[in-house]
Amino acid sequence: MSNENINVALIGNPNTGKTSVFNALTGLNQQVGNYPGITVEKKIGFCKLPGNVRANILDLPGTYSLNASSMDENVVIELLLNKNDKLFPDVAVVITDVENLKRNLLLFTQIKDLEIPTVLVINMADRMDYKGISLDIPYLEERLNTKIALISTRKNSGIDELKNLIASYKTLSAEPCLNASSIDPEYFDNLRKTFPNQLVYKLWLVITQDVNFMLPEKKQIQSTFTKPNSELKRMQQKETIKRYQFINDVLRIGQVVDSTKAKDFGSRLDKILTHKVWGYVIFLAILFLIFQSIFSWSSYPMDFIDEQFANLSQMVSESFAPGILTDLVSQGIIPGIGGIVIFIPQIAVLFLFISLLEESGYMSRVVFLMDRIMRRFGLSGKSVVPLISGTACAIPAIMATRNIENWKERLITILVTPFTTCSARLPVYSIIISLVIPDRRIGGIMNLQGLTLMLLYLAGFFMAVVSAWLLDKILKLRTKTYFVVEMPNYKLPLAKNVGINVLEKTKAFVAGAGKIILAISIVLWFLASFGPGNDFHNAETIVTQKFEKTGTLPEGETLESEIASYKLESSYIGIAGKAIEPVISPLGYDWKIGVAIISSFAAREVFVGTLATIYSVGDADNDATIKSKMASETWPDGTKIFNLATGVSLLLFYAFALQCASTLAIVKKETNSWKWPLIQLVFMSAFAYLTAFIAYQTLS
Amino acid sequence: MHTTVGQLRKGEKGIITEIDVDLLPLKLLEMGCLPGNTVELLQIAPLGDPVYLDINGARLAIRKETAQLIQIERAPK
Repeated sequence: MSNENINVALIGNPNTGKTSVFNALTGLNQQVGNYPGITVEKKIGFCKLPGNVRANILDLPGTYSLNASSMDENVVIELLLNKNDKLFPDVAVVITDVENLKRNLLLFTQIKDLEIPTVLVINMADRMDYKGISLDIPYLEERLNTKIALISTRKNSGIDELKNLIASYKTLSAEPCLNASSIDPEYFDNLRKTFPNQLVYKLWLVITQDVNFMLPEKKQIQSTFTKPNSELKRMQQKETIKRYQFINDVLRIGQVVDSTKAKDFGSRLDKILTHKVWGYVIFLAILFLIFQSIFSWSSYPMDFIDEQFANLSQMVSESFAPGILTDLVSQGIIPGIGGIVIFIPQIAVLFLFISLLEESGYMSRVVFLMDRIMRRFGLSGKSVVPLISGTACAIPAIMATRNIENWKERLITILVTPFTTCSARLPVYSIIISLVIPDRRIGGIMNLQGLTLMLLYLAGFFMAVVSAWLLDKILKLRTKTYFVVEMPNYKLPLAKNVGINVLEKTKAFVAGAGKIILAISIVLWFLASFGPGNDFHNAETIVTQKFEKTGTLPEGETLESEIASYKLESSYIGIAGKAIEPVISPLGYDWKIGVAIISSFAAREVFVGTLATIYSVGDADNDATIKSKMASETWPDGTKIFNLATGVSLLLFYAFALQCASTLAIVKKETNSWKWPLIQLVFMSAFAYLTAFIAYQTLS
Repeated sequence: MHTTVGQLRKGEKGIITEIDVDLLPLKLLEMGCLPGNTVELLQIAPLGDPVYLDINGARLAIRKETAQLIQIERAPK
């Protein structure tokens, strides 16, 4: 047999285990990207099928139906209706959950109407005994006009059968399983006669929604066959009823549920988790656990990584011939990269928790619990998800606002999400907290440093909520509101799914931040190692002469480091830093911190890398860790730079300032205007400066 | 005055008799909120809103204002 390459699209409702099936088929053989022009995540994986067939597996966003109500869902129909797309599927694999078969089959009947060869996957077969469900597969296959794979990604069963079915895609039926156009025969006959070369269902989708279908006749179709909105909606209701009648009819014989055998552990769990007291107590306890573990569990691997990088720097500078290149590597690149690698443990722990909350189905309960409270502040219960996942990164969090149906609630959520403490702030927070907050326990269990970190997170949430309340009062937008949230069954998260998710997200974070940091640390090193004019080039003579005049010429290392720091001050970066010093000195920052703030404008985590690079250049010995270098920095009068006042001022500055170019870009994309990101930038920067100023002036 | 899902108490069931097609989102219909289907109120959120429903086997939460658009006939206990 010859080699074949086919496209397989995985389609299904949210919470049917679509991603588990994707992971089971492709393993780690996946690529994550974006659809061109929009920020919807596009996941493609590769899979070898029996009979030398190679398949590109496309994991489409979860959708309830082909009547799109969000950008994610648009992606699905745009692909399924465009035969010329190079990813147009040769096979559609519709994934359903055995416990929600009735509802999940609605989408299946719609996909069948598109006349694409289709396999039906019934997932979570391991739950059948538990729920007292039995299925008549041959009957279902006949009535639904398809082949069925009964699988369990949890027990890893049925995957080979699924691969076989996909490989034999040529024998699969592409016929519809019901005649939906019977809801209004006259109308649909007319449609069929006018456009004999097109699928009627496809035409119907073009008429009922506003999606880009790449159809030349789009205008003509819409102008001739459109009806008033309420009439179209009535027809859609009829269509939905028609589909459910068919599904009910099929399941009446094909599915038997013995409810006496069904166990309902989920309902009992719901009683506790959505309880008016316990619900909130549990939610707060989970948040507390997350923040404590980010700080205390992660500290061991972090200390280890910090030391390894310091050792590496020293090894490079000792074992290679001295020169510019060795300096660039040991003082620029290694400390810069070390500044980001050190935060992998914390970021991984954070992604782990968020992934667990979403996989288990708990996140929907939080949405339910919080909706009424959040609405007081102009937000939606669904804003909780962006606000929590914003603790990882504002970019995916802002994308997660897409399922908020009300535009005003969604806009406010987008605008306030950057206040939540994202993982890029962690590097800044942890290094400064460990410098200025004593490592003590209070009340036996609470670690003072962990507590400070938690307070910073709370400050972020607090500001997010307060500004949401303000925006709700200021913004005059009238929008239709509704709110539907599915409460999925509780599931024990699959280790494989969580693992892959954490790995992918952490990799993306490190690669994305790593590139910027590498580039910036190289540029910084150059700017710090070269300077204009006499002061820089004759640093050695100038410093020696200065000391000779007073007759206190220090010896050896001390002299060397005096010369190095004089050189740094006269370098390009020193000159730039000195220029902005008047603006930042009221906040308690010296020019070096100023440079770090400017270079971290594009991304907060650059702050630590920048300081690491600057201090490495100005320091004679390279074996010290970043932390010990910062601890030994002093003002000219000998007092420590990183004292409590400056530390708190910096913490507050980073808590509130919008130091993230990617956030600005995503807000622009999601709101489709520069107005909102600019308002955000100005407001957050001004507020950050003000709070940092007040903190420093009160504490010093 | 018709009974609506908004008036159900915790644990009560009903059968959907009529829905406001113009105001109810299509997504809700597609999740099974259609005349003839049963609806059970499983839980009310702490401040009285939203409500957690089982509609025809699908579990979902909607706000009270939306629940008031779904007319029902209360099922006997």
